[in-house]
Amino acid sequence: MADASPQLQHVQDKLGAKILSASEPQGDDVIMLDRAGLRDSFRQLKEDPDLSFNFLSDITAVDYWQRQEPRFEVVYQLVSLTNRRRLRVRVGVPESDPVVDSLTPLWSGANFLEREVWDLYGIRFSDHPDLRRILLYDEFTGHPLRKDYPVNLCQPRVPERHVDGTFVDERSKNKLQRLQKTLAKKH
Amino acid sequence: MKAESPELPHEIMELQMGPSHPATHGTIKFNLKLEGEKVLDCDVEMGFLHRGFDKSCEQATWTQVIPYTDRLNYASSLINNVGYALAVEKLIGAETPPRCQYIRVIVSELARIFDHLTCCGMAASELGAITVGFYMIEAREMITRIIENLTGARLTVTYVRIGGLKHDLPEDFAARVAATFTTIRRLLGDCDSLLSRNRIFLDRMSNVGVISKESALDHSLTGPILRATGVDYDIRKAFPYLVYDKMDFEVPVGSHGDNYDRFLCRLREIHESMRIVEQALKQLPVGPVWIDDPRFVLPEKEKVYGSIEGLMHHFKIIMEGIQVPAGETYSAVEGGNGELGFYVVSDGGGKPYRLRVRPPCFIAMGAFAEMIKGYMVADIVPTFGMINMIGGECDR
Repeated sequence: MADASPQLQHVQDKLGAKILSASEPQGDDVIMLDRAGLRDSFRQLKEDPDLSFNFLSDITAVDYWQRQEPRFEVVYQLVSLTNRRRLRVRVGVPESDPVVDSLTPLWSGANFLEREVWDLYGIRFSDHPDLRRILLYDEFTGHPLRKDYPVNLCQPRVPERHVDGTFVDERSKNKLQRLQKTLAKKH
Repeated sequence: MKAESPELPHEIMELQMGPSHPATHGTIKFNLKLEGEKVLDCDVEMGFLHRGFDKSCEQATWTQVIPYTDRLNYASSLINNVGYALAVEKLIGAETPPRCQYIRVIVSELARIFDHLTCCGMAASELGAITVGFYMIEAREMITRIIENLTGARLTVTYVRIGGLKHDLPEDFAARVAATFTTIRRLLGDCDSLLSRNRIFLDRMSNVGVISKESALDHSLTGPILRATGVDYDIRKAFPYLVYDKMDFEVPVGSHGDNYDRFLCRLREIHESMRIVEQALKQLPVGPVWIDDPRFVLPEKEKVYGSIEGLMHHFKIIMEGIQVPAGETYSAVEGGNGELGFYVVSDGGGKPYRLRVRPPCFIAMGAFAEMIKGYMVADIVPTFGMINMIGGECDR
């Protein structure tokens, strides 16, 4: 890119071939990074004194289902507190192998943010110390922010019943039976 | 204070605190591992108020999302409105007129005062200083009346629109604000003399929930919690938006990173916010509050009912939503609890393709275990109080 801002040009010079593309929509600095060796790229972004993107602001993901390949994109927002600059890093993640490096060794704040991405998008983070669901409950199946998850699909945690005691749907009934079975085992 | 355990036979007790506990004024659960009274580990369980904010926003038009943003941090819904509108306007490439920007600054600061008063008042009353709690709720009520007079609602205001505001300020706004601020300053002075050198309050707050500067940055903390450790990172100064660069205000910072510093930071921020509102009201320019672009602005009612073009225009905006060009952007504002960011992806249609909120108190809860480890069970109450976790924003 010939017309890149000096800041973005600087990042490109430093990271070289790890950057797949760079752009500046609405004046933001955005780079697309290679999924291989992601943690090392971030370590360089964080620890290189010329770059010093030392503050991880946010991690999220976007699902481009049936729109582009790879299907997912994990999006990181970095801030350099010393240079007062922002940088957005996007990483493509294919549906067949939804795994990216965890950034928890670099920033502890990545812990909850990555758990949320796993919970809602089903993207795994390798070497994450505690990759559990965070907003939803453990029995939940599927990842609701994926575009192929139906909006109106209900997964009640407590079986739903009408006032007369009949079950709202078959699944709830099965669930109650399962619960009773596990409770019977314990007592 | 750090608890010292004597050499006695002991076993680790597991205690579940919450989700409906008088001290957790928000639905959240702490799975604690205790050695006597000392907290060894704390696993935060959240999501009790999860209602699928992101997914709901993908089903709504760009304008219909604004009421959803009210329900994020409902103690400062005006800031959420402003943050969301700024993100969408950044994607559109529109800049609102100066009067609109000044009014947005005024309402953001009013919301910040509201947020800080809620946080400090609740935290103080949980520690037994119920008088201070009442004083601060009285001050908050006066802010609520201003907001009600302005928007017609007390909490879920939906005042800001993409490209403008619902309507201009009412005529007596400046006079009301001036009268209210006089009373709030008097009430805050009373609170300050009751608490800031109060022995009981100091014992409960100072050197409790300490987090170091390095650890706070490592945990991505922002807002008063980060500033209490001595880092002067405030979005209003670091990445000025609206007309904050024309305002003269200070960013209060602490030094210890404990609960007492967080409390003082918030108290001083209330004073700074009042200064900003007074300056903005003094500088407030005359002019329109809407951008001059019919693609994003609803036509006047006379045109809707008087001409076919106006009616079609109104119908298109309501039914299909405003058309935001394809692209993605991130825009952050300084919320009551820290960096409130909106990451917006548009596919060029009338609905957001993806809308992500960076929730400051969700991230602060990620550092909660770090803050509370080694302290007593009773220290959870002030520490959690000073985080000001709001379920609507934390669980989305």
